[in-house]
Amino acid sequence: MSEPLVRLENVRFAYGERTILRDISLSISRGQVVAIMGGSGCGKTTLLRLIGGQERAVGGRVLVDGQDVGALGREDLYALRRRMGMLFQFGALFTDMTVFDNVAFPLREHTDLPPELINDLVLMKLHAVGLRGAAQLRPGELSGGMARRVALARTIALDPMLLMYDEPFTGLDPISLGVIGQLIRRLNNALGASSLIVTHDIQESLQIVDYIYFISEGRVVAQGTPDEIRNTSDPFVHQFVHAEADGPVPFHYPAGDYATALVGGAG
Amino acid sequence: MGRLMGGVLRKLGSLAVNGVWQFGFIARFFVLILRYSGQSFMRLHLTIRELYFSGVMSLLIILVSGLFVGLVLGLQGYEILQRYGSSEAMGTMVALSLLRELGPVVAGLLFASRAGSAVTAEIGLMKVTEQLKAMDMMAVNPIARVVAPRFWGGVVSMPLLAALFSTMGIFGGWLIGVVFIGVDDGAFWSQMQAAVDFRYDVLNGVFKSAVFGVAVSLIAVFEGYDCVPTAEGVSRAITRTVVSSALAILALDFVMTSFMFRGL
Repeated sequence: MSEPLVRLENVRFAYGERTILRDISLSISRGQVVAIMGGSGCGKTTLLRLIGGQERAVGGRVLVDGQDVGALGREDLYALRRRMGMLFQFGALFTDMTVFDNVAFPLREHTDLPPELINDLVLMKLHAVGLRGAAQLRPGELSGGMARRVALARTIALDPMLLMYDEPFTGLDPISLGVIGQLIRRLNNALGASSLIVTHDIQESLQIVDYIYFISEGRVVAQGTPDEIRNTSDPFVHQFVHAEADGPVPFHYPAGDYATALVGGAG
Repeated sequence: MGRLMGGVLRKLGSLAVNGVWQFGFIARFFVLILRYSGQSFMRLHLTIRELYFSGVMSLLIILVSGLFVGLVLGLQGYEILQRYGSSEAMGTMVALSLLRELGPVVAGLLFASRAGSAVTAEIGLMKVTEQLKAMDMMAVNPIARVVAPRFWGGVVSMPLLAALFSTMGIFGGWLIGVVFIGVDDGAFWSQMQAAVDFRYDVLNGVFKSAVFGVAVSLIAVFEGYDCVPTAEGVSRAITRTVVSSALAILALDFVMTSFMFRGL
């Protein structure tokens, strides 16, 4: 088997005193769609930022296509980022440009292609996400799902080798959600890329991904293929898949004894 | 008592330390802008677009304010000068006060509240909506693509706007003095021509307005880029832009004036 496209080796990360990731090791093989799951605030998005080089790990290594992201200078990091695409939670479209110009942005910034060719490429990307007809609209005129599809078209404009999605399903109606899910899978296959989805939408993810990692308290606590996850006996994964309120992930934030707090006055 | 003193001292200390930190951040940011300016000049249309937004769009308020300041200067100036029987000196008085002080300073204050606040709001909202981060992830440097063009747009616009402000002001003074009150037209212009020195008065004024342009533009882009990415954070950043710009303009004006015109 070839070297995985992304490999994290014992990665540790902290914002000042606050430790976010304790010890994360995982890998994404070429051509795979991988999901990273976990409760809100468990450091999933931080993982994407580490892979994209927006943050640097405190310990361990983050390797993308054989390069140690944390050790790259600005020029090399930018060269690597040209081969990565990241879809932000709410699309992050440039509000002062039309849909067309948004998708054309990376092409115009990084290539010297003639305008006719850029025009064709942009229309092809927009067609792939079903929004060729919306090319002249402004981001403010789009629904949440459409905005995310435009952002997806922009993300794939330079045919990246790695696609990263930050909560791509949040706040979408069931139809848009299904559309985005199918697009993620289809585009991954069509581009021959690898994809990494950070999400807590377990049902949608189980349908489209090849492999899932569960993260809790800064560690990988479970992993497996969708079939393995569905049939797991692991209590954490079971709680997650069945959305139970209490379990290995406690309902209560850590606190002192309840009776003492009530009777004893100041907690 | 001791605790209160300790608290006050600690507060003062932290204010001073924060101030120095902030100043350091701005200075570093300024160096970054200069460093990436070359990249942004390669695509000149970006800077020209900002020149339009900061400069052309501020024209109306600058021209109208200039006219009114000139009208008032004319009325007040005439009222005082005629007590000494030298109402022909009105042209000189209007021109000198506008070129040396009012043009650069008032235009700078207006520019900060019209264009500076808009730049801060735009960059701040781009930060809130993760547009800057997205750009950075697309390997496009936001300082080169977003910040530097807005900075240079402001730096170039400011002296031009101040010059137009002064021109309109002088026109306003002429309207009041010559057209309405009846001061002699020839005396108005010839006294002005004789008393205003190009290097000493005009160029010093232009220099002032250029310095204000750098200060206001730097504060505006920095506050936007540095804001806390929330609705409240952006609104605070805009307020800070207007307040800090005004204070910076007045302080710099005092320093420059004391160097430029100390012969008087």
